[in-house]
Amino acid sequence: MVTTAREPDTVRAILEQVVDPEIPVLTIGDMGILRDVTVADDGMVRVVVTPTYSGCPAMDLIRDEIVDALAAAGIDRVTVDMVFSPPWTTEWMSDRAKEKLRAFGIAPPGSTAGADPVLCPRCASASTRTVSEFGSTACKALMVCEHCGEPFDRFKEI
Amino acid sequence: MDTITTSRPLATYLIRHGDDNLVLAQRLAEYISWAPELEEDLAIANIALDHLGVAHHLLAYAASVEGDGRDADALAFLRSEREFTNLLLVERPNDDFAVIMVRQFLFDAYQVPLWEALAGSADTTLAGIAAKAVKEARYHLRHSRNWVVTLGDGTEESHRRTQHAFDELWRFTGEMFVGDALDTDMAAAGIGVDPASLEAPWRRTVLEAIADATLSEPEDTTVRVGGRSGFHTEALGHMLGEMQWLQRAYPGLEW
Repeated sequence: MVTTAREPDTVRAILEQVVDPEIPVLTIGDMGILRDVTVADDGMVRVVVTPTYSGCPAMDLIRDEIVDALAAAGIDRVTVDMVFSPPWTTEWMSDRAKEKLRAFGIAPPGSTAGADPVLCPRCASASTRTVSEFGSTACKALMVCEHCGEPFDRFKEI
Repeated sequence: MDTITTSRPLATYLIRHGDDNLVLAQRLAEYISWAPELEEDLAIANIALDHLGVAHHLLAYAASVEGDGRDADALAFLRSEREFTNLLLVERPNDDFAVIMVRQFLFDAYQVPLWEALAGSADTTLAGIAAKAVKEARYHLRHSRNWVVTLGDGTEESHRRTQHAFDELWRFTGEMFVGDALDTDMAAAGIGVDPASLEAPWRRTVLEAIADATLSEPEDTTVRVGGRSGFHTEALGHMLGEMQWLQRAYPGLEW
């Protein structure tokens, strides 16, 4: 395969295929994990990502998938750098992403500033309670709906 | 007594805080599947993972600062007990659930002001790691504090055990606030924080929770120190034996 210099937007479009392995309805762009894409004059592509939680085990896989997705498009000179600052926040998640989360059955994060009521992603009832602050992944809490009785995950505001 | 250090003060400083998180992560991981309820098992696994992530970032950065070919895995799996510079508190064994939660609480109450201070570090990488870690530490503190109050203000037996946990662990808490020359240098350079400055916020958090939990503040005892210079309690060696044996027996093994 031949490496060709690409525009950052082209590279970004390719990276739209890369999804969060824990929440496959969201791309890394939706999540706000993808921070920057630059293409140097010599064609070297630099992708900058930031972790959601310090111990997120998906980060290594995401890094591999970025490299694989670009390689499949003929771009094989790639570095993936991880930056910590500024720290990732759920405020970077787009409204489109939050709606996709809800449709997937995960209550999306509210504002980090206020105490938004958590609505059940199935029946939209506000009558919900926290079962545990820690759920199936670092970013989620375990909730239950008092109205429809269904348990569900909530993406925690951070 | 000589402190075992690498040649670079920043690396040594990063490794200290990395070791605190690595050792506590391993202690919590040992407990997974033993928690009193499924939700707590998940919580402990999540908290362990957060600590492990912080440890990984700090040790990887320390390794790059050292620049002599060691990576985060080498630092975690190929150093001996005398080369670990974690606080004694985090290596204390999982005697019972009260000890685990009180240990966590005492450490969380320290980590929150620590990361808040280090988020303003002149070293931007350390500041970034700290700014992320502080968000997680606040979650951890809320969780461990809830348990301390629930257990302390619970049954006669849970109250007794929680008080016992505080009494047993109290002598290991003073070490968090004892600085040495490296701490002074790092604070002077704007990279680190003077550990003594963390004691007041820590005490406030701890004493409030002790009161809410209907417990008594433990009596002051001789402060046990040594972790930062590699002098540990017997518990650490056993823990590292378990944690490191695979890499020791099969160097470089991956899965």
